[in-house]
Amino acid sequence: MTEWLHPALLMLLGALVLPLLGGVWQKVTSVLVPLLALISVAQITPGSAGQIHFAGVDLVLFQADQLSLLFAWVFAIMAVIGNIYAWHLDDTGQRVSAFLYIGSAFGVVFAGDWFTLLVAWEVMAFASAHLIFASANRAAVAAGFRYLMVHVAGGVLLFGGIILHGLQTGSYLIGPLDHGQGGLAYNLILISFMLNAAVPPLSAWLTDAYPEATVTGAVFLSAFTTKTAVYVLIRNYPGAEVLIGFGVAMALYGVVFAVLENDCRRLLGYHIISQVGYMVAAVGMGTEMALNGAASHAFAHILYKGLLFMGAGAVILMTGRRKLTELGGLYRSMPITVFLYMIGALAISAFPLFSGFVSKSMILSAAAGDHRAGVVLLLTVASSGTFLHTGLKLPYYMFFGKDCGLRPPEPPLNMLLAMGLAALFCIGIGLFPQLLYAQLPYPVDYHPYSDAHVTESLALLMFTLLAFVLFLKYLDPEKTISLDTDWFYRRGAGLFMWLARHPVQIWEHWLITLGDGAGLRLMQHLSRLSLRIDTRLIDAAVNGVAATALRLGHLLRQLQTGIVSHYALVMIAGVIALLGWPIYVAMGTP
Amino acid sequence: MIAGLVNFFGDKRFAKLRWRLLQMVLVLIVIADVLMPRPHAQYFWQAIPGYSAIFGFISCVAIIFISKFIGHSGGIMRDEDYYD
Repeated sequence: MTEWLHPALLMLLGALVLPLLGGVWQKVTSVLVPLLALISVAQITPGSAGQIHFAGVDLVLFQADQLSLLFAWVFAIMAVIGNIYAWHLDDTGQRVSAFLYIGSAFGVVFAGDWFTLLVAWEVMAFASAHLIFASANRAAVAAGFRYLMVHVAGGVLLFGGIILHGLQTGSYLIGPLDHGQGGLAYNLILISFMLNAAVPPLSAWLTDAYPEATVTGAVFLSAFTTKTAVYVLIRNYPGAEVLIGFGVAMALYGVVFAVLENDCRRLLGYHIISQVGYMVAAVGMGTEMALNGAASHAFAHILYKGLLFMGAGAVILMTGRRKLTELGGLYRSMPITVFLYMIGALAISAFPLFSGFVSKSMILSAAAGDHRAGVVLLLTVASSGTFLHTGLKLPYYMFFGKDCGLRPPEPPLNMLLAMGLAALFCIGIGLFPQLLYAQLPYPVDYHPYSDAHVTESLALLMFTLLAFVLFLKYLDPEKTISLDTDWFYRRGAGLFMWLARHPVQIWEHWLITLGDGAGLRLMQHLSRLSLRIDTRLIDAAVNGVAATALRLGHLLRQLQTGIVSHYALVMIAGVIALLGWPIYVAMGTP
Repeated sequence: MIAGLVNFFGDKRFAKLRWRLLQMVLVLIVIADVLMPRPHAQYFWQAIPGYSAIFGFISCVAIIFISKFIGHSGGIMRDEDYYD
C-alpha cells in the first residue's frame, strides 16, 4: 500500500504547477517534484489500492509488487537525472510534457487493470511526441507525426486486444496472458507491446524519431517507452517462446544497422533496439533467472543509455552538428564529456566492474542454463558489436579521429552533473551488484564475478578492440542514410499522395467537366422541360382556380340582399334543416 | 587528471605507447583466461584455449564486413536527401 501520493499523480500535479512558475522557481520545481516521486516510490510497499467498479468492470488503479517497484525506482532516478540535465532550458512546454511522460510511465508500471494501462499508454505516446515536435524544424515535425501515427496505431491494436481479452475472460485485471494463447486478443496485445519495445519490423519509429528530438528530450525518450514495454512483456508474456527469436534477431539487427549509421544519436537508437533485444529474448525464455535478467538489464540500461544520450546531446548542443563525418577531435576541449560518456560506453559494453556486466551476463547465463547454445552465441556476437559501436566507433569519430577543427567548451555544469550522477550509478551497480539483485522479482543466487566469466568477457571485448584498430578504415562513417522499415510508410505516404494527386484528382476533374459538357446540356434540357411544365400546366391550373373563385364570389355577391329579415329567415330555415334532418332519419328507421 | 587520461587516448604522440600497451594487455588477458579453471564448462568450445578472444575478434570482423556488404549491396545505404 502507499501512504504517500501515487508517483504518477505527483508528476501530474507537477505538470499543472510548472506553467504557473517562471525562471528559477520552475527549474527548482522541475527537479524537486521528481525527487518527491523518488521518495514516494521509496514509501511504497507491495499491495494494491484504488479498486473501482466502473461500468461493470473492476479497475485497479494502483498495484505494486517487486517488479513494478524495480521499474518505478529506475524511472524516478532517471526523472531526477533527466530534469537536472534539462535545468538550463527555458521551455515550459518541454518540461510539462516530460513530466506527463514520466508520470504516465509510472501509471503503466503501477496499473492493475488493462484500462488504466491503456490510458497511461496513450498519454505516454502523446506527451513524448512533444519532445520531438519541440525541436521545431521541418524534419522533426515530420518525424514527430510519423512517431505519433505509429504509436496511435499501436494503441488501437492494444485497445482491440484488451476488449477481446475482456470479453473472452470476463476480467480486465493485468496478469500473464495464458488464456487464448495464440488467439487474436493474445496476438493483438503482444504486437502492440512489441511495437513499443521496438521489435523489428516494428522498430523504425525509434531510429526515425529519437535523433530528431531535442537534446534533452531524447534523454527522456531513451529511458521510458521501450522499457515500459519490457515491463509489460515481463508481466504479461513470460515464457512466450516467439520472443526469443525476435529478441536475438533485434540484438543483431541493431548491431548491423549501427555499422552503417552516420548520425550519432541514430546509432545510439539502433543500440537501444539491440539492448532491448537481450531483454525481449530473456522474457521469451521465461525462467526466473531470465526474467530477473530482463528486469535488471532494463534497470542498468536506462541509466547507461541515458548517459550515452546525454553525452551525444552535449556534443550536439555545443557544436550544432550530429553527423560523425562532421565531428572529430573534440577530446581536446571536452575531456570531461569524453570521460563520462566512456563510463556509459563501458557499461553498455558489459565491461567487468560496470553495470551492464552484472545484468547482461545474467541473461546469458540464463540462456546457457536453459540449454540454448545458439542464443548464447548470437547474443555474444551482439555484445562484441555493442562495444564496437558505442564504445569504439562512436567515441572515436565523435571525440578523437580526424580533427574537425571545432573547439567547443564543455557543456553547462548541470549537464555534466547529470551525466556524473548517471555514471555513478553505472559504476555503483557494477561494483555492488547485490544491491540491484536484492530488488529483483525472484530470489537471486548469481555471482557475476565468478569462474572464468571475467576473463572471458575481457578477452571478447579486448579482441574486439584489436579488430577495430586493425580494420578501422573500413568502418569510416559515410554520408548516407539507411533505409529501414519506415520506408514502407514514408514511401507509402508518397504513393498515397500520388494516388490522391493523380487517379483521384483525374476522376474528380472528370466529374467536374462532366457537369460542363454533356451533363450541363442534360441539365439545361431538363430545366427547359420543367419551365414548360411550370408555365403551361401549373400556372394554368393556378389561374383557373383563381378565375373560378372570382366567378363564385361574383355569384355570392348577387345573392346578398342586405335585408335583415331575409338573413333571419335563412338562418331559421338552416336551424330547422339541421334539427329536422336527424329527426327525419330517426323517424324513418323505426 | 581526467584531461590527462583522455589526452593519452587522443594524442598522436602516445600512439606507439598505446599500441604496445594494448598488445601487453591482450597477452595478459589470454594467459589469464587460459589458466582460469572451468569447473562448470558446459560447451565443447569452452575447452579451446582463448576461445573468447578468437570469438571476439572474428565477431567484430564479421560485423564490420557483413554489415557494410549488406548496406552497400542490399541497397540500404542511400543518399541523405533520399526522402526529400
